[in-house]
Amino acid sequence: MNDISLALQEQVISARSEGRKIAIVGGGSKAFMGRQIEAEPLALAEHRGIISYHPVELVLRVRAGTPLTEIIAALDEQDQMLAFDPPQFGPTSTIGGTLACNQSGPGRPWQGSVRDHVLGIQLINGLGEHLRFGGQVMKNVAGYDVSRLMAGSMGTLGVITEISLKVLPKPAMELTLVEEMDAYRAIEVMNQRAGLPKPMTAACWSQGKLYTRLAGAASAVDATANHWSGQPLEEAEQFWQQLRDQQLFYFTGDKPLWRFSVGSAAENPDLDGSWLIDWGGSQRWLRASAELESMQDKAAQMGGQVALFRGGDRSSEVFHPQPLALQQIQKRIKNSFDPDGVFNPGRLYRWL
Amino acid sequence: MSDAPSISREQLAQQFRRFINPEYVISDSETQKPYECDGLSMYCEMPMLVVLPETVDQVQEVMRICHQQGVPVVARGAGTGLCAGAMPNEEGIVLSLAKFNRILSIDAKARTARVQPGVRNLAISEACASYGLYYGPDPSSQIACTIGGNVAENSGGVHCLKYGLTVHNILQIEMITVEGDKVTVGSEGLDSCGMDLLALLTGSEGLLGIITEITVKLLPIPEQAQVVVAGFDSVKKAGDAVGGVISRGIIPAGLEMMDTHAICAAEDFAQAGYPKDAKALLLCEVDGTAEEVYEHIELVENLFAELGATSVRTSQNESERALLWKGRKSAFPAVGRISPDYYCMDGTIPRGQLAHVLTEMEKMSEHYGLRVANVFHAGDGNLHPLILFDANIPGEFDKTEEFGGKILELCVEVGGCITGEHGVGIEKIRQMPVQFNDQELAQFQRIKDAFDPGWTLNPGKGIPILKRCQEYRAISTETTKVAPQ
Repeated sequence: MNDISLALQEQVISARSEGRKIAIVGGGSKAFMGRQIEAEPLALAEHRGIISYHPVELVLRVRAGTPLTEIIAALDEQDQMLAFDPPQFGPTSTIGGTLACNQSGPGRPWQGSVRDHVLGIQLINGLGEHLRFGGQVMKNVAGYDVSRLMAGSMGTLGVITEISLKVLPKPAMELTLVEEMDAYRAIEVMNQRAGLPKPMTAACWSQGKLYTRLAGAASAVDATANHWSGQPLEEAEQFWQQLRDQQLFYFTGDKPLWRFSVGSAAENPDLDGSWLIDWGGSQRWLRASAELESMQDKAAQMGGQVALFRGGDRSSEVFHPQPLALQQIQKRIKNSFDPDGVFNPGRLYRWL
Repeated sequence: MSDAPSISREQLAQQFRRFINPEYVISDSETQKPYECDGLSMYCEMPMLVVLPETVDQVQEVMRICHQQGVPVVARGAGTGLCAGAMPNEEGIVLSLAKFNRILSIDAKARTARVQPGVRNLAISEACASYGLYYGPDPSSQIACTIGGNVAENSGGVHCLKYGLTVHNILQIEMITVEGDKVTVGSEGLDSCGMDLLALLTGSEGLLGIITEITVKLLPIPEQAQVVVAGFDSVKKAGDAVGGVISRGIIPAGLEMMDTHAICAAEDFAQAGYPKDAKALLLCEVDGTAEEVYEHIELVENLFAELGATSVRTSQNESERALLWKGRKSAFPAVGRISPDYYCMDGTIPRGQLAHVLTEMEKMSEHYGLRVANVFHAGDGNLHPLILFDANIPGEFDKTEEFGGKILELCVEVGGCITGEHGVGIEKIRQMPVQFNDQELAQFQRIKDAFDPGWTLNPGKGIPILKRCQEYRAISTETTKVAPQ
């Protein structure tokens, strides 16, 4: 338990007055994401600890530098969970980094994303002001939703110091069905199953196999499993964890990893490289050496966007390009939080 | 901040009539009258003009002209909002999206629908029903309210603990900026690169742009739903029962509480069979597969009995379920029958504070000499106290408003907020400085500047101007202690 927010605030104020740039660092496990930048690190790792946790209220309030492992251990004791099941790309992954990078696990289409579960935040803006938005209640529409705006902002708007989250009870039972299938058919089946009122919480296609996870009341899971094709998978928990944390064999090696966030039913484009399909079709990974421009066109045809998630050239743009009008709006928003451009300059886009 | 526009009503009307059907440019006060307020009819104002464009191009042109002339623009859906967020500006236009009432496409496979902002909330679910799909958020005005208004207010409903608010159920919007440019925010994917503008725009109360198209997510219609209605002889016991359900690992589709005033009014109105001697009533709906509902309903029934329920009744078929809900859903009109007028508040509190807040509210009720009936989205902590008053008694509405303000301040004091789902609008703008300090409000103002530097979009709503906050706080501290900053 450690509150170093005053020290953080002082560091921001002095950086601003001396014209220095800051790179915000939580656990450093997502350093590979975004563009490479030159700036002085501002370490959040010491700003950690659970501030309050009320299992009956389903609310957790935690400092941003708290490792996910610590949060999950506390929730485990109460049979609760972070329903967005955040990836842990290393043992040091923090909740602050998870929100800034908008990272959620395989259950995301059914159980929501980290931004869906954020109730409120505290934030140090570029003026060195420590501000509070949202709160610890499920519904709150007073003022603009600054808490969720942070999701995916990659630290460009300020230093998130505290996060309040909605937590949920763990399902009574989980079961995964696996069956052999090609990618085309898998996309069909995933979408068809997702349209049925059954307790599905994940669907992934990898290396010629479709994995479907069921979770909920034991009777409901059993009844659905008996009705659907596929064999129960042993050690299923390990499969989903390795998928979430990118530890499956698919993710090994140096070949650039592209992330497509697209329409769940979109047809897979014919591209050189190997695919892995997650999120019931909404999140697709591609291992391939390619240019952002060509990937961008494919993603647009699939109704979504692409990012160079890992590897490749990280000095050029790595995220889906934004139209001019949206660039303008995001520059102005950046300016409204951080007028001197102190935080993570260029981490998200060269122009931000 | 905007200066008063120099263009006259007739000049502006003439410009609009060049590209909009002249019938849909309304300048006479008789035809304008229905637009003078939204669902919070105590706040009225007549606009300079009402326009009802029929195409996105027309909306863009309207915005360009208004931007050029510095004319305020108030967007309007069905006008069912409850915070005066759609109340006109006397120097500005009302931009009605009523003509944008088409469902553009339904993609049953991907479970999405592209709709225009003037489509009614319920109409989406009706159109998708044949695919076994529906749209999740169900505000109580869902028969009339529009999806565009839902996005502007981030509307919830009785099912949001399990299925989320509007922000959790939309994928993409098309928006016209104050300058008249068209932008698309979001995608058919579940997230987009960069900061989450979709979340920022949802609930922004028409202060940042005009929404002209929305892509919503659709959910499979649950196989089965059943509701348990339980009476309790104290609010505390009912509150503990809510916690009990959640502690057992059940997330109900809906979990509603009513206090004794609301129970009696609703029962007299709907004859749902509610126990009129109960001090608190819980409605707990469970949905899912047939097996899951069977398992959970049994758990909930036993739990309520264990925790001291004086009566427990479970719906055995769809018509009984509808009847049991009818009482809750008609609580507002029911209260309308026992009082000439009522004023609905919308604070949110941590559930554990419920008994304390209700006790304090009872004290205030005595102090002001005004009755209060309480309807509570117990699952998510959203409280709807209905203050009963008579607008024909001079000064009674002022007293009611003051009472309401105090309730909201109490909500903030116990760790909650001033509005869970109705929005700030004009109504709660005085309470914004209770929930936020000057630096936070200044940050909101700079966000507003980023989209609308001239402050012509829905001016005077949502975000207070800082110098006003000092005045609001000064009024507030005369009678109550200052809330934590």
